Amino acid sequence: MGLSIIKPDSNIDFVGLRKITLIISLLVVLAGVGSLLMKGGPKYGIDFAGGVMVQVHFDQSVEPDALKDSLKDVELPGLMVQRIGLAADNEYLIRVSISDANPENMRGKVQDALKTNLQGVNFEIQRLEMVGPKVGNDLRSAALEALYYAVLIIAIYISGRFEQRWVVAGIMAAALATALYGLGHLGMSKQYLVIAAMVLTLGLCWKLRLNYALGAVVALIHDVLITVGIFSILDKEFDLTIVAALLTIVGYSLNDTIIVFDRIRENIRARVAPTYGEVVNKAVNQTLSRTLLTSGTTLLVVLALFFLGGSVIHDFALAMLVGIGVGTYSSIFIASPVLLALSPEELPEEEPKKEPIVKSEHGVV
Amino acid sequence: MKEGLRWRMLVALLVTVLGLAYALPSVPFVGNSALQKVLPEDKISLGLDLRGGIYLTLGVDVDKAIENTLAQTGQDLRTVAREEKIGMLRPRVVGGDKIELVLLKSEQKESLNKLIAEKFSHLVNEAPVDMEEGKVRYSLSYTDEYRKYLANLALDQAVKTIRNRIDQFGVSEPDIRKQQDYRIQVQLPGLSDPERAIQIIGKTAHLEFRMVKDDANIENAKRGIVPPGYEAMPQMIRNPDGTYTESALVVEKDAAMTGEYVQDAYVNFDQFNQSYVGITFNNSGARRFEQITGEYTGRRMAIVLDGKIHSAPVIQEKIRGGRASISGRFTKEEAHDLAIVLRAGSLPAPVNILEERSVGPSLGQESIDQGVSAALIGGALVMVFMVVYYGFGGLVANLVLCLNIVLIMAGLAAFGATLTLPGIAGIILTLGMAVDANVLIFERIREELRRGLTPLAAIAEGYNRASLTIFDANVTTLIAAVILYQFGTGPIRGFAVTLSLGILASMFTAIFCSRILFDLWAGGKQRAKLSI
Repeated sequence: MGLSIIKPDSNIDFVGLRKITLIISLLVVLAGVGSLLMKGGPKYGIDFAGGVMVQVHFDQSVEPDALKDSLKDVELPGLMVQRIGLAADNEYLIRVSISDANPENMRGKVQDALKTNLQGVNFEIQRLEMVGPKVGNDLRSAALEALYYAVLIIAIYISGRFEQRWVVAGIMAAALATALYGLGHLGMSKQYLVIAAMVLTLGLCWKLRLNYALGAVVALIHDVLITVGIFSILDKEFDLTIVAALLTIVGYSLNDTIIVFDRIRENIRARVAPTYGEVVNKAVNQTLSRTLLTSGTTLLVVLALFFLGGSVIHDFALAMLVGIGVGTYSSIFIASPVLLALSPEELPEEEPKKEPIVKSEHGVV
Repeated sequence: MKEGLRWRMLVALLVTVLGLAYALPSVPFVGNSALQKVLPEDKISLGLDLRGGIYLTLGVDVDKAIENTLAQTGQDLRTVAREEKIGMLRPRVVGGDKIELVLLKSEQKESLNKLIAEKFSHLVNEAPVDMEEGKVRYSLSYTDEYRKYLANLALDQAVKTIRNRIDQFGVSEPDIRKQQDYRIQVQLPGLSDPERAIQIIGKTAHLEFRMVKDDANIENAKRGIVPPGYEAMPQMIRNPDGTYTESALVVEKDAAMTGEYVQDAYVNFDQFNQSYVGITFNNSGARRFEQITGEYTGRRMAIVLDGKIHSAPVIQEKIRGGRASISGRFTKEEAHDLAIVLRAGSLPAPVNILEERSVGPSLGQESIDQGVSAALIGGALVMVFMVVYYGFGGLVANLVLCLNIVLIMAGLAAFGATLTLPGIAGIILTLGMAVDANVLIFERIREELRRGLTPLAAIAEGYNRASLTIFDANVTTLIAAVILYQFGTGPIRGFAVTLSLGILASMFTAIFCSRILFDLWAGGKQRAKLSI
């Protein structure tokens, strides 16, 4: 047998650690949310806030201040000049927060100003991105909606798969759709609508006793909140790629959670221990080695992306790094404890053998 | 077992060969060699962020288009009413969505109502208001369905016009499509002069011929005082040194003729080597032009493009043959661009640029290089780790991981999906996650071995038990990816596509293909010690 990092008979008392980890999680989440509140919400990049971003490459070194000065005679609200890459690259990002400024003029204006005021320096506009305020707004609500629907559909899937309660899950979806339709007609903005929907989903999962779904959903909201919070603390901007990263984190975090849940379900059937707590603990221990290995290899590639992937996907890789770390943690310390808290202390008396389907489903695909 | 194995090997081999056939053309080294002749032609198309180009979202101002049509309807109504001897004052468009007109004799109310109901059924006729001296004020607007119809018509026409213009510009593989909320998405790969492209696309090119009121007081007009039915319009006069002097003329509010009759437009030069744009009208346009020039001989006719007067020549005689020219003292390039937009037809309404993303080709290449090197290094690290950690199992995992990458590339090429920078990130991420399925299986096999099972039984048990887990875990990620595709735009969609392909490929390779390798090994040396 090859190497192993986790001893086969590992028996760490994860369930016993849950109070401490709960406090840690709460503190981190609160720090993130606090930072968001203090800064008045997430810092939106031009994808969501609207604005212009121009990436310029110069053929010789130009000081940021000189660059800024050269753009003085153009009306550019909220002008920001930022060096990217190494100093030797002579590459800058010029950002302007608009606005109703006309982009066709914007390109021309910047070009003209650089030409006249930076005599003898050649430059090339390598990238230009302009997002109008209307589109920015639309992209923002689309992104929120995407996050929300991902969570909802996943909640339904888990309830169906793990508790064979497709019908209840379907009712939940219908109830939510109706409630959202009503709220939408009251003229609520998309942002609040999605938050309301999220709270409703949690409430319904609780009410309908969809325990597995609730555990998974709480864990992934936890992961997204922490990632968003850390981005806010680090003063990073949110753009479309970060939303992609968040959705991937949602998928990844669930991936992890489901593997633990799957083992819990199996252990319950096999009745490996008398109490729920021990069953959960055993499941976490049994999957621990896989959890660490997968997170390790995924982190390895994301690290490569982070250091070598170039400026454009740097922040994406950062979000993934944070998300994978938190996602691994949450499947052990958030999802399972939530499931445990909702379940009876003792395993139910001999469960009737009602799931013959399992056998066939285990067949080779 | 033996039979099943042969059958499974056949499937795996077939998929591998197909995968290679579709993946290889996209590798530059193969793509240009003789091998290309026997392989499929589909290649992975690179997104704009990788090969450079322009991405635009345009908003069509459909309200303006409806307003224009409304004015036209008002004219038509007046013409028809005149034939029926119903006298009315000139209809006016009020507030952008209503026509107001004044009927001169209240006793004709019945016949006008009947006329509107019969011939203008798409107009909503509000209750007419009686005014002094027996006049009646009418207020008309389009029905909602008709407004919607007009809006869609305007959008379709805008798409067609923009496509025509881009074709004239000569961009290969342009992609133009309608989006929600009367928006148009335009992708122009590999274009290096975004500024000019945007100007050509965005120009409304609303061409009109309007009669000039020569005896109007220009000073008053500049202050906004014009006789009813007329309006002041700016006229740009290009000076020899390239600057413009702005002047104004008073012209009739209603166009004598519009640019919709233009059949062709071209650049030409007069005897002073000044460029001008020649226009040819189609048949009905030619007739109309002849009629107008006959009726207004001796008067000045303003040629108005996008609300600006370019020239206002005096009509010397009735012009037959359907030819006209716009001389606005253009530069050669301006004249050329004007000819392009006129030939391609005018936009039914102004378009605004709501979003623009352009990437220079050099930056794109740099992004590819960085992405690929990150992928190679990340992949290599994972592979080394797997072999060190799992021995034979690691080798199997690496083999199917390579197949996985081939399948993703083949999928991208075969489905005509676009590879974007986030897409490369997606592939790199899949590399990490593809290992997961193998790790799950291997850990399970180790567990079973510890429980004392023989290698053969452990393998069977490990695969059986892990398969369902892998399936459940991957479906949730797949859900996230599909939703990402549904809601995302541009590059994000690319990410969703590679992620979905990666998940599907990894399920296939990890559960199906790697098992074959284990079975082969087991068949070769019975009861050997399993290195995992």
